[in-house]
Amino acid sequence: MLVIRRDLVDAMVAHARRDHPDEACGVIAGPYGSDRPERFIEMENAERSPTFYRFDAGEQLKVWREMDANDEVPVVIYHSHTATEAYPSRTDIAFAGEPEAHYVLVSTRDPDEHELRSYRIVDGVVTEEPVKIVES
Amino acid sequence: MAVTVSIPTILRTHTGGEKSVSATGTTLAEVIDDLENNHGGLKARLVKEGALHRFVNVYVNDEDVRFAGGLDAAVKDGDNVTILPAVAGG
Repeated sequence: MLVIRRDLVDAMVAHARRDHPDEACGVIAGPYGSDRPERFIEMENAERSPTFYRFDAGEQLKVWREMDANDEVPVVIYHSHTATEAYPSRTDIAFAGEPEAHYVLVSTRDPDEHELRSYRIVDGVVTEEPVKIVES
Repeated sequence: MAVTVSIPTILRTHTGGEKSVSATGTTLAEVIDDLENNHGGLKARLVKEGALHRFVNVYVNDEDVRFAGGLDAAVKDGDNVTILPAVAGG
Protein backbone atom coordinates (compact mmCIF):
# COMPACT_ATOMS: atom_id res chain seq x y z
CA MET A 1 0.00 0.00 0.00
CA LEU A 2 1.13 3.54 -0.74
CA VAL A 3 0.49 5.96 2.12
CA ILE A 4 0.86 9.52 0.89
CA ARG A 5 -0.01 13.03 2.05
CA ARG A 6 -2.79 14.85 0.24
CA ASP A 7 -0.59 17.84 -0.65
CA LEU A 8 1.81 15.50 -2.48
CA VAL A 9 -1.07 13.94 -4.42
CA ASP A 10 -2.31 17.43 -5.29
CA ALA A 11 1.19 18.41 -6.45
CA MET A 12 1.43 15.40 -8.81
CA VAL A 13 -2.01 16.09 -10.26
CA ALA A 14 -1.25 19.80 -10.69
CA HIS A 15 2.02 18.99 -12.48
CA ALA A 16 0.23 16.49 -14.76
CA ARG A 17 -2.51 19.03 -15.57
CA ARG A 18 0.01 21.78 -16.26
CA ASP A 19 2.05 19.70 -18.74
CA HIS A 20 -1.00 18.14 -20.43
CA PRO A 21 -1.09 17.08 -23.31
CA ASP A 22 2.56 16.14 -22.79
CA GLU A 23 3.40 13.57 -20.14
CA ALA A 24 4.69 14.94 -16.82
CA CYS A 25 7.11 13.03 -14.58
CA GLY A 26 8.89 13.30 -11.27
CA VAL A 27 10.01 11.74 -8.02
CA ILE A 28 8.96 11.95 -4.39
CA ALA A 29 11.94 11.20 -2.18
CA GLY A 30 11.70 9.87 1.33
CA PRO A 31 14.03 8.70 4.09
CA TYR A 32 15.74 5.37 3.39
CA GLY A 33 13.76 2.48 4.86
CA SER A 34 10.72 4.62 5.74
CA ASP A 35 8.59 3.95 2.62
CA ARG A 36 7.23 7.45 3.26
CA PRO A 37 7.21 9.95 0.36
CA GLU A 38 8.15 13.44 1.59
CA ARG A 39 10.18 15.60 -0.77
CA PHE A 40 8.46 16.46 -4.05
CA ILE A 41 10.75 16.83 -7.08
CA GLU A 42 9.33 17.68 -10.50
CA MET A 43 11.53 16.36 -13.28
CA GLU A 44 11.79 17.59 -16.82
CA ASN A 45 10.36 15.23 -19.43
CA ALA A 46 13.31 15.20 -21.84
CA GLU A 47 11.01 13.77 -24.52
CA ARG A 48 8.36 16.52 -24.22
CA SER A 49 5.92 14.05 -25.70
CA PRO A 50 2.25 13.10 -25.23
CA THR A 51 3.16 9.39 -25.46
CA PHE A 52 6.58 9.02 -23.86
CA TYR A 53 8.60 10.32 -20.93
CA ARG A 54 12.24 10.13 -19.94
CA PHE A 55 14.06 11.83 -17.09
CA ASP A 56 16.84 14.07 -18.39
CA ALA A 57 19.98 12.02 -17.62
CA GLY A 58 21.94 14.98 -16.24
CA GLU A 59 19.11 16.17 -14.02
CA GLN A 60 18.55 12.61 -12.81
CA LEU A 61 22.20 12.25 -11.75
CA LYS A 62 21.98 15.50 -9.78
CA VAL A 63 18.74 14.47 -8.04
CA TRP A 64 19.95 10.92 -7.30
CA ARG A 65 23.17 12.34 -5.79
CA GLU A 66 21.12 14.70 -3.58
CA MET A 67 19.01 11.77 -2.41
CA ASP A 68 22.15 9.75 -1.66
CA ALA A 69 23.60 12.64 0.33
CA ASN A 70 20.33 12.96 2.32
CA ASP A 71 19.94 9.20 2.90
CA GLU A 72 16.80 9.30 0.79
CA VAL A 73 15.44 6.96 -1.86
CA PRO A 74 12.93 7.50 -4.66
CA VAL A 75 9.85 6.31 -2.76
CA VAL A 76 7.47 7.40 -5.54
CA ILE A 77 8.23 7.69 -9.26
CA TYR A 78 5.28 9.26 -11.03
CA HIS A 79 4.27 10.11 -14.56
CA SER A 80 1.10 10.96 -16.39
CA HIS A 81 -0.84 9.36 -19.20
CA THR A 82 -2.67 12.04 -21.11
CA ALA A 83 -4.93 9.97 -23.38
CA THR A 84 -5.12 6.55 -21.73
CA GLU A 85 -5.91 5.03 -18.35
CA ALA A 86 -3.56 5.18 -15.36
CA TYR A 87 -2.11 1.73 -15.97
CA PRO A 88 1.57 0.98 -16.82
CA SER A 89 2.27 0.67 -20.55
CA ARG A 90 4.57 -1.96 -22.00
CA THR A 91 7.39 0.58 -22.13
CA ASP A 92 6.74 1.56 -18.49
CA ILE A 93 7.17 -2.08 -17.50
CA ALA A 94 10.25 -2.62 -19.66
CA PHE A 95 12.03 0.40 -18.14
CA ALA A 96 10.95 -0.01 -14.51
CA GLY A 97 14.32 -0.08 -12.75
CA GLU A 98 13.52 0.75 -9.14
CA PRO A 99 12.04 -2.40 -7.55
CA GLU A 100 11.43 -0.64 -4.25
CA ALA A 101 9.60 2.36 -5.70
CA HIS A 102 5.87 2.95 -5.89
CA TYR A 103 5.13 3.72 -9.54
CA VAL A 104 2.30 6.23 -9.56
CA LEU A 105 0.32 6.88 -12.74
CA VAL A 106 -1.92 9.91 -13.14
CA SER A 107 -4.32 10.01 -16.07
CA THR A 108 -5.44 13.41 -17.31
CA ARG A 109 -7.51 12.14 -20.23
CA ASP A 110 -10.66 13.47 -18.58
CA PRO A 111 -10.43 17.25 -18.18
CA ASP A 112 -12.50 17.22 -14.98
CA GLU A 113 -11.71 13.96 -13.18
CA HIS A 114 -8.16 12.67 -12.82
CA GLU A 115 -7.34 9.04 -12.14
CA LEU A 116 -4.40 8.19 -9.84
CA ARG A 117 -3.20 4.64 -9.22
CA SER A 118 -0.07 3.05 -7.78
CA TYR A 119 1.90 -0.07 -8.70
CA ARG A 120 4.95 -2.09 -7.85
CA ILE A 121 6.82 -3.21 -10.95
CA VAL A 122 9.39 -5.93 -10.28
CA ASP A 123 11.00 -8.12 -12.94
CA GLY A 124 8.31 -7.23 -15.44
CA VAL A 125 5.45 -8.08 -13.07
CA VAL A 126 2.95 -5.32 -12.30
CA THR A 127 1.08 -5.39 -8.99
CA GLU A 128 -1.48 -2.70 -8.27
CA GLU A 129 -1.68 -1.52 -4.67
CA PRO A 130 -4.15 0.58 -2.70
CA VAL A 131 -3.39 4.28 -2.20
CA LYS A 132 -4.17 5.70 1.23
CA ILE A 133 -4.25 9.49 1.24
CA VAL A 134 -3.59 11.09 4.59
CA GLU A 135 -4.20 14.71 5.52
CA SER A 136 -1.06 16.87 5.54
CA MET B 1 43.66 2.28 -13.90
CA ALA B 2 41.33 1.70 -10.98
CA VAL B 3 37.91 3.33 -10.94
CA THR B 4 35.02 3.23 -8.50
CA VAL B 5 31.70 2.08 -9.89
CA SER B 6 28.38 2.93 -8.19
CA ILE B 7 25.85 0.15 -8.61
CA PRO B 8 22.08 0.85 -8.51
CA THR B 9 19.77 -1.21 -6.27
CA ILE B 10 18.42 -3.26 -9.16
CA LEU B 11 21.89 -4.55 -10.10
CA ARG B 12 23.21 -5.21 -6.61
CA THR B 13 22.21 -8.86 -6.82
CA HIS B 14 25.30 -9.14 -9.04
CA THR B 15 27.63 -7.50 -6.52
CA GLY B 16 26.54 -9.33 -3.39
CA GLY B 17 24.60 -6.26 -2.28
CA GLU B 18 27.58 -3.90 -2.62
CA LYS B 19 26.66 -0.33 -3.50
CA SER B 20 30.06 0.48 -4.90
CA VAL B 21 32.79 -1.73 -6.36
CA SER B 22 36.15 -1.11 -7.96
CA ALA B 23 37.18 -2.07 -11.46
CA THR B 24 40.00 -1.42 -13.88
CA GLY B 25 40.22 -0.34 -17.51
CA THR B 26 41.08 2.58 -19.76
CA THR B 27 37.70 2.70 -21.49
CA LEU B 28 34.18 2.09 -20.26
CA ALA B 29 34.08 -1.14 -22.30
CA GLU B 30 37.17 -2.43 -20.47
CA VAL B 31 35.70 -1.43 -17.12
CA ILE B 32 32.52 -3.35 -17.92
CA ASP B 33 34.53 -6.43 -18.98
CA ASP B 34 36.44 -6.26 -15.72
CA LEU B 35 33.17 -5.91 -13.77
CA GLU B 36 31.84 -8.98 -15.56
CA ASN B 37 34.91 -11.01 -14.50
CA ASN B 38 34.23 -10.27 -10.85
CA HIS B 39 30.44 -9.86 -10.86
CA GLY B 40 29.08 -12.23 -13.48
CA GLY B 41 25.86 -11.18 -15.18
CA LEU B 42 26.42 -7.43 -14.97
CA LYS B 43 27.55 -6.99 -18.56
CA ALA B 44 24.32 -8.35 -20.01
CA ARG B 45 22.42 -5.77 -17.95
CA LEU B 46 24.52 -2.92 -19.33
CA VAL B 47 25.39 -3.80 -22.90
CA LYS B 48 23.23 -5.03 -25.73
CA GLU B 49 24.50 -5.76 -29.23
CA GLY B 50 27.74 -3.90 -28.65
CA ALA B 51 26.18 -0.69 -27.31
CA LEU B 52 24.99 0.56 -23.95
CA HIS B 53 21.52 -0.66 -23.10
CA ARG B 54 18.82 1.99 -23.36
CA PHE B 55 17.54 1.00 -19.91
CA VAL B 56 20.62 2.37 -18.15
CA ASN B 57 22.41 5.69 -17.84
CA VAL B 58 26.15 5.54 -17.31
CA TYR B 59 28.20 8.54 -16.22
CA VAL B 60 31.95 9.01 -15.94
CA ASN B 61 32.31 11.50 -13.13
CA ASP B 62 29.43 13.86 -14.02
CA GLU B 63 29.29 13.24 -17.72
CA ASP B 64 26.63 11.12 -19.43
CA VAL B 65 28.76 8.77 -21.56
CA ARG B 66 26.21 8.91 -24.38
CA PHE B 67 27.82 12.26 -25.16
CA ALA B 68 31.37 11.04 -24.51
CA GLY B 69 31.83 8.08 -26.84
CA GLY B 70 29.57 5.51 -25.17
CA LEU B 71 31.48 2.30 -24.51
CA ASP B 72 34.62 3.95 -25.94
CA ALA B 73 34.50 6.70 -23.31
CA ALA B 74 37.93 7.10 -21.72
CA VAL B 75 38.36 6.54 -18.00
CA LYS B 76 41.37 7.37 -15.90
CA ASP B 77 42.69 6.37 -12.52
CA GLY B 78 40.43 7.56 -9.72
CA ASP B 79 37.38 8.27 -11.89
CA ASN B 80 33.89 7.55 -10.62
CA VAL B 81 31.58 5.59 -12.86
CA THR B 82 27.92 5.83 -11.91
CA ILE B 83 25.24 3.51 -13.23
CA LEU B 84 21.58 4.52 -12.84
CA PRO B 85 18.46 2.89 -14.22
CA ALA B 86 17.02 5.18 -16.90
CA VAL B 87 13.63 6.42 -15.74
CA ALA B 88 11.41 6.37 -18.78
CA GLY B 89 8.28 4.88 -20.25
CA GLY B 90 5.24 5.61 -22.28
